[in-house]
Amino acid sequence: MTGFLLRRALGAAVTLLAISVIIYVVFYAAPGNVAQISCGPRCSPAQVQQVADQLRLDDPLYLRYWHFLQGIFVGQDFSTGTALQHCDAPCLGFSYQTDQQVTQLILTKLPATASLALGAMVLWLILGVGTGVLSAWRRGRPTERILTGITLAGTATPVFVIGLVLMIVVCGQLQWLPFPQYVPFSDDPEQWAWNLLLPWLSLALIEAAKYARLTRASMLETLAEDHVRTFRAYGVGERSIIGRHALRGAVAPVIALNANDFGSMFGGAVLSETLFGIPGLGRELVHAVNVVDLPVVVGMVLVTGFFVVLANAVADVLYAVADRRVVLS
Amino acid sequence: MSLVEVDGLTVEFGDLRAVDTLSFRLEEGAALGVVGESGSGKSTVASALLGLHRGTGARVTGSVRVAGTDVQEADDDALRRLRGGTAAMVFQDPLSSLDPYYAVGDQIAEVYRVHSGASRRAARARAVDVLDRVGIPDAARRARSRPHEFSGGMRQRALIAMALACEPALLVADEPTTALDVTVQAQILDLLHSLRQETGMGLLLVTHDVGVAAESVDDVLVMRHGRAVERGTVADVLGAPSAAYTKELLGAVPRVDAARPVRADAAGDVLLEATDLRREFGRGKRAFAAVDGVSLTVRSGETLGIVGESGSGKTTLGRMLVGLLEPTGGQVLLSGTRADAGVQIVFQDPVSSLNPRRSVGESVADPLRARGDKEVRGRVEELLERVGLDPAHYGRYPHEFSGGQRQRVGIARALAAEPRIIVCDEPVSALDVTTQAQVTGLLRELQDELGLALVFIAHDLAVVRQVSDRVAVMRKGRVVEYGTVDEVYGAPQDPYTRQLLAAVPALDPGVAARRRSARRELAAA
Amino acid sequence: MASETAGAGALTASAPVSGARQFWRRLRTRRAALVAAAVVALLVLVALGAPLLAALEGQDPNTYHPHLIDSARGGVPVGPLGGISAEHWLGVEPQTGRDLFTRLVYGARVSLGVALAATLVQVLLGVTVGIAAGLGNRWVDQILSRATDVIVALPLMILALALMAIVPAGFPRPVLVALVVGLVAWGGTAKIVRAQTITLKELDFVAAARLSGWPTWKIARRELLPSLAAPVITYASLLVPTNVTVEAALSFLGVGVKPPTPSWGQMLTAADVWYQAAPQYLLLPAGALFVTVFALTVLGDGVRTALDPRAASRLSIGTGRKREARA
Repeated sequence: MTGFLLRRALGAAVTLLAISVIIYVVFYAAPGNVAQISCGPRCSPAQVQQVADQLRLDDPLYLRYWHFLQGIFVGQDFSTGTALQHCDAPCLGFSYQTDQQVTQLILTKLPATASLALGAMVLWLILGVGTGVLSAWRRGRPTERILTGITLAGTATPVFVIGLVLMIVVCGQLQWLPFPQYVPFSDDPEQWAWNLLLPWLSLALIEAAKYARLTRASMLETLAEDHVRTFRAYGVGERSIIGRHALRGAVAPVIALNANDFGSMFGGAVLSETLFGIPGLGRELVHAVNVVDLPVVVGMVLVTGFFVVLANAVADVLYAVADRRVVLS
Repeated sequence: MSLVEVDGLTVEFGDLRAVDTLSFRLEEGAALGVVGESGSGKSTVASALLGLHRGTGARVTGSVRVAGTDVQEADDDALRRLRGGTAAMVFQDPLSSLDPYYAVGDQIAEVYRVHSGASRRAARARAVDVLDRVGIPDAARRARSRPHEFSGGMRQRALIAMALACEPALLVADEPTTALDVTVQAQILDLLHSLRQETGMGLLLVTHDVGVAAESVDDVLVMRHGRAVERGTVADVLGAPSAAYTKELLGAVPRVDAARPVRADAAGDVLLEATDLRREFGRGKRAFAAVDGVSLTVRSGETLGIVGESGSGKTTLGRMLVGLLEPTGGQVLLSGTRADAGVQIVFQDPVSSLNPRRSVGESVADPLRARGDKEVRGRVEELLERVGLDPAHYGRYPHEFSGGQRQRVGIARALAAEPRIIVCDEPVSALDVTTQAQVTGLLRELQDELGLALVFIAHDLAVVRQVSDRVAVMRKGRVVEYGTVDEVYGAPQDPYTRQLLAAVPALDPGVAARRRSARRELAAA
Repeated sequence: MASETAGAGALTASAPVSGARQFWRRLRTRRAALVAAAVVALLVLVALGAPLLAALEGQDPNTYHPHLIDSARGGVPVGPLGGISAEHWLGVEPQTGRDLFTRLVYGARVSLGVALAATLVQVLLGVTVGIAAGLGNRWVDQILSRATDVIVALPLMILALALMAIVPAGFPRPVLVALVVGLVAWGGTAKIVRAQTITLKELDFVAAARLSGWPTWKIARRELLPSLAAPVITYASLLVPTNVTVEAALSFLGVGVKPPTPSWGQMLTAADVWYQAAPQYLLLPAGALFVTVFALTVLGDGVRTALDPRAASRLSIGTGRKREARA
């Protein structure tokens, strides 16, 4: 088990390193004046020169990357023109346009994103797996056909379309809910949940469709396997075959997909956040892209990669604890 | 009342009539073997006894009664009580027949609880009991293992334990030993035999292997195209068959005690010499040697048989001889010089050995075209005809041929390169016995005609004896015995060879009984 | 021998496997897939014939019609139902008065064009990387697989969004969007192709081809590529609807296709404040997007079924036994 954990951790570290190399190269070796882009359009030539020094643009690319990596692990100093600023260990760079450390910026936006992701995940797992089990159980009957149609429509609907429609119908026409306005959990938990209800629901409905299809497909695949035939031949009832044997086969793929989705969502549910005005990482990223705040963009992508890799590793370990065969193979 | 009463049973899948007005009886405590080649409908009969066709779209007519329950008429609850409670089934592939996610003991307990309503704890205890009964060592601990932690033979024992859990009156075994090695097969058949003596349950054994039936049952029912061809005691049917098909079937079964006629000009010059061949897979701690220091020679015009159980390294060895796999150590010398040309291969699986998207003629033409020949069609047609196929079938695709015909195409493709040696890797193990006999016959003809050397790799000792001049017996990557057929089969020196030979099922029930006691002694020693 | 040939005789009437004809025969039996195919065909016709349709209505997508806008009421279209009239079949845009029908029709052009081009990039990249990884030595495989892992790990939307920050300005926007989406989402194809290549490489018929003396590239072209076609087409047909969504999403966020080029996603951004005065301004692009993605998804499902009937029957019939027994 320890060997497996070590191997898994090492694998995750290598993937993260690969991500950082690729991202750094793609964004900082791109054509165009990186210093000008990073600094923003209103920078004076002197300021641009300062940024160029800061990013060590005269150094070869691998040295620049090494410097960047150092920032992440031991921190680095930034001169903002007027003062020298120290950027602590996980230092992802400095946003010259907003005069802020990227790490700080990300930390302030993280709670909103986490709120959205966590709530939506609970909802989509319940809805999606439940629907999947139901359609596998009622396979070949009208119930399954209807559910299959609904889930197919769900996977075909972009989240911003359903979010927009829900918002207009529920908040605009019916006026059951106020138009969502993010309230931090620490301010007022009740208002927090109330205002996130619609974003959660719209995200969960779309995601649930994916999970329902995956659950159903894995269960049907298991149902066609030989060991299910064995239990049928021994008089084991349908309920036990569905609930015990078929569902068990869906656990691994659902965990894997969920880890990926949950990790990605931590990098920002870009569309939902923009649509519902939730001040999270996703909306920040859209803003940074629009104003071409390069350090923020790079930092955000790296953080997203970190969450995805972390979530996948955690899911693997959790799954390995449940199923020791994984460790052996 | 008989234990099993089948009257006019017909099972149809769409247009295909798998079982055709079949009737038979099985008395309480008796054992019946249902023997037939693929497509004979024998497995369908086994499924019908437990009503497994219900709700699958198959059309079942006629009547099936098991221990008084009418399987056709019974409601779902009665059918569930029958399944596992009155009649239990053991399937062919022991790995896929158990749920990989749960402990073996829990799976047996689950089945036991369905029928007995016992408490969880009592059911677990029962599972340990039956696992112990089928010879799983340290049953209390092993009950907590999952199927992948068991070997093939242990898994099949576990499935038999599941069958025993509810003390059924009838055990239906569908090819229970087909996926197992011959020594393990013998153990499982012995186990079934002793369980039957102890519990007095009836046995319906479905098998393609006449020898397996001879070892385990009292009566035999021979099936073909869904119909009963012949029914009688083992001694009568196997000793003095009356139906033409039974005679043909028995004639085709290779016998481990009958050698091929000695040939005068068998061995010529040495064509291939392998010295100290090694092949490792994996790296670091997980590295293991699939082939571990094998030396052998192949002479022109002879057949060298390589026999071994699964995991013995025989396929890896074959691939190195052909040059498809680089040895980790040692070398293969061909007529004194290192060369890959001149050795070709015929594969086991008639499905994956031909590209499904190319016509068979094109596949056979490959070696010719690669050599630079422009006009290949005539030569390919000649080759197809030589292996017993219609040359007009040049443009047909693999799926239009039967398994035996596809093996013939494979042989034609190997011949096209004009090799001096052909390595045949389990060339007949996926085929029915009558087809097997035809393909081995073809290989022998070609050998005599072209002076080819053959390396014949197989797990089936009887087939190897039938075709080989010399034999190498492999175990765990090493050759444990190497000599002429008569030496190896007549006076085996290595204990493993003796064990292998003792495990081969005999066609004569008397011999089978003697072998069984011999095996018991070998095991005790 | 005689019986063997006779047995095979029954089978020999059928045509070669996996031909295009067989594919259509299987697709034809699925009504939903056929309807979806018809819808997709219609959408493609609309996209191709956008200038024609615009000429038929007598409008173009970029002309402002200030006289159709009631500036006193904040820019609401004049007339009932958002300004639907004989001249403007689906009404006009609030505030600008541009013709909605032509914008919608030209939007189909952008949507489908970008999605198809992006799919092409994804497939080309994915197949190349996948085959190279599958056939290459340990190091080539390690490096390419690691790169693929990275691409697969990073969320598509975020990566595409981030890349849009550094793409050169002055390039036609739709081309850029197609390129970026293509560049960030080839990982899935590469993974599938690599796995298939490795499986195929081990198959006996490929080993036999090696023994017959062909060079590797010839084996790859002859024995591998035809067998890879089915899984790649299947996967690609499921990529198209995703790409439509991603283009719409990027444009919705304001970083995709930029005005004045009409795009459904972009129309949605502008529309949500007008839902009471001109509901069709919102409903039309939303509906068009939904219908397009839905039809493409159903069609993709149908293609998968037709190309891999075994997998499909596994998925649609729980027992699975029945089909196998019949085969």
